[in-house]
Amino acid sequence: MEALRMKGIIKDFGSTRALDQADLVVKKGEIHSLLGENGAGKTTLMKILYGMYEPNQGEIFINGNKVVINSPKEAMNLGINMVFQHFMLIPNLSVTENIILGQEETKLGVLSYKEARKKVMQLSEQLGLKVRPDMRVADIPVGEKQRVEILKALYRGADLLILDEPTAVLTPQEVKELFKVLKALKENGKTIIIITHKLKETMAVADNVTVLRNGKTQGIIAASEATPEILAQMMVGRSVILEAVKEDVNKGRVLLETKDLTLGKKLKKINLQVQQGQILGIAGVEGNGQTELLETLLGLETATSGSIYLNNTDVTQKAVKERLKIGLGFIAEDRNDRGLVNGFSIWQNSVLGYQDRYQKNGILNMQKIYVASRQIVSNYQVKVENIFSKTSSLSGGNAQKLLVGRVFYHDPEVLIIAHPTRGVDVGAIEYLHNEILQLRKKGKAILLVSADLDEVRQLSDRIAVLYEGKIVMEGNTSDFTEEALGIYMAGGDLVNREVVLS
Amino acid sequence: MLEQILNSEAFFLTMALLASTLRMATPLGLAAMGAVYSERAGVVNLGLEGLMLVGAFFGVLGSYLTGNAWLGVLLAVISGGVLAFLLALVTLRYKANHVVAGVALNLLSLGLTSVLLVAIWGNRGKSADVEGIYPVNIPFLSDIPVLGEIFFRQSPFFYLLIILMVISWFLFYRTKWGLRLRAIGENPAAVDSLGIPVNTYKYIAVIAGGMLAALGGAYLSLGELSLFGRNMVSGRGYIALAANILGNWNPVGVVLSSLLFGFANAVEMNLQLYGWPTQFVQMIPYVVTIFVLGGLVRKVEAPKALGEHFDRGDTHV
Repeated sequence: MEALRMKGIIKDFGSTRALDQADLVVKKGEIHSLLGENGAGKTTLMKILYGMYEPNQGEIFINGNKVVINSPKEAMNLGINMVFQHFMLIPNLSVTENIILGQEETKLGVLSYKEARKKVMQLSEQLGLKVRPDMRVADIPVGEKQRVEILKALYRGADLLILDEPTAVLTPQEVKELFKVLKALKENGKTIIIITHKLKETMAVADNVTVLRNGKTQGIIAASEATPEILAQMMVGRSVILEAVKEDVNKGRVLLETKDLTLGKKLKKINLQVQQGQILGIAGVEGNGQTELLETLLGLETATSGSIYLNNTDVTQKAVKERLKIGLGFIAEDRNDRGLVNGFSIWQNSVLGYQDRYQKNGILNMQKIYVASRQIVSNYQVKVENIFSKTSSLSGGNAQKLLVGRVFYHDPEVLIIAHPTRGVDVGAIEYLHNEILQLRKKGKAILLVSADLDEVRQLSDRIAVLYEGKIVMEGNTSDFTEEALGIYMAGGDLVNREVVLS
Repeated sequence: MLEQILNSEAFFLTMALLASTLRMATPLGLAAMGAVYSERAGVVNLGLEGLMLVGAFFGVLGSYLTGNAWLGVLLAVISGGVLAFLLALVTLRYKANHVVAGVALNLLSLGLTSVLLVAIWGNRGKSADVEGIYPVNIPFLSDIPVLGEIFFRQSPFFYLLIILMVISWFLFYRTKWGLRLRAIGENPAAVDSLGIPVNTYKYIAVIAGGMLAALGGAYLSLGELSLFGRNMVSGRGYIALAANILGNWNPVGVVLSSLLFGFANAVEMNLQLYGWPTQFVQMIPYVVTIFVLGGLVRKVEAPKALGEHFDRGDTHV
């Protein structure tokens, strides 16, 4: 039986067509994966279903009946609920308050908090969604927040649950837990749609997969008949090499080294070494000191104690500019925040931070800049009209290529690369991974920070796990299984298998 | 022994100081309570000063026109509501910067009341004397020694403040409306995604806040002087905003912090009586404000979405 049919959905934002005749059919009681690259229109399609956007054209059927959904409230009344990628929780309120918000029961105008709490607990136990009802949401870990979101949806009597990139923020163990929960919900007759761009997870949990590309439905396929290669091809429109080939490279001198690097309470005695031709991956759940490590290495923060050596020079007290001169290249965590100035033209962003190399007596050599910018754009496959266009007009993948291109073009010896493929589509990921491996081959020393565990494992020669500002484990990539990494990342150790998840 | 203490001059002075602390705290508390409403809904209310001024003016005007001070209070509250609606309109609908809109509101109020002052009473400085609202001794309670004198021989505005404090606390922390409002100030997009009409709540809260601030203003004119003087609020709106912050956007907290600022005011008044240099002494409440805001308020937590504009469907960052 059909729980949902969306037919011929068209949605324009200004002059861009986000959805172009998109179709989606979901059976009752299944887990359906809506797969596609960033910008393929997955979230837009689901926001239309959830009543947040109005489609320009197209029809929606719920349980075979045609419906028009004008607001989230109407969607909820139809039993549709959505858990957003950025959690829609109120940090200052308790778990129970968050769950009942909008569905509060009152007695003579007074909130029936105790009854609500009881109901929440019942629901939580019934479905194995462990939450602590009286905690402030600000004080609970990400995995629990997600369970709160799911409970919130179920509390509203959701039959059709939409999850937008639910695994983006979870550790591998939490992902497993989540999948268990989703399967339990399925047993209970709920229909689930997960929006994702991750092939592995789609294969692991979904019954059927609908692939979206450029706003068009590419097809629907049973997960049992799919392979990652087939799905990737449907997503990108050509065959993609999913796993970058890592050649053996001779290691050279140590180019980047930290000794007992400490930053307040955020970083505790970090000792790292990166050799020429080596990629050191930093694994860890976000918020365990990655940002601080990156900023201290770049020089935005000054270490409280300990030291940093770049090519055998002590740079602990040196300014950012000097570090860049010594040969540090930096790809920022958040390209919009630290990497690129969105209001600038492409050519301006192409040399940002390296202006010194293009000036004489304080006057920029425009010819030289244009030449460099054109080379960056063509060498690093940035799809752009011309170098005078605004950077803000670039898609996520292209903006990332521009940022990476700028840093790589200026030939750094030591590279600090953070989340190189965040918000980037499969095609561009393939490309960026190859570029990084090329640099490794050229004998550069590379420190890679990424929240994507697969990425860290694929690219790195060695992996260090950061947990609460400490390196809790370091070793060759081949020494770690995915499961082991996950346990270290969650602050557990392998001997006791003790994982502090909640 | 007890008799001796009760009759000593020091005791008398302390009593006077405490009683005037409550008097000074009343307008601050009412206005700060108003700020709680609007800021919990995410709208910065820098217009408190203007809202109080308008309340002070229309309170007197109402009393002048009807001869009934309480009808004056009613007019004050209505005027505050109307002005706050204007603030809500420009910030919520036309997405004006909250701070700029608040400052504009203050300038508008000062101009409006000054012009009307001349137009109605033909005087640049002050209005005619009108029927005011006078302290009320609560039967029995006011006879309790010491406490009765401090707490139960106050202006009706003070009793109103305490009642409003209790009601507001209950509203914010025990009702559906309050839960939603607190949530809106933290993350309006989330609340919207639950199908709750965010902007309706915001309008109501801002208007209610304006009414409360105007009530505080009416106390200044009707409760203390029985006349309106040009720019008579003279910065109390800003102090009330500080009291709101120090009170952690909590109805009970703002009354307590208003008492602190009221105490500074009372000390100022008393020191003036004892011949301390006026210019210096008058600084006291403002200096206290600066120190409190600079030093003590690190622990408080403002509503996360305070001052931000909210657009429908803005959920995806």
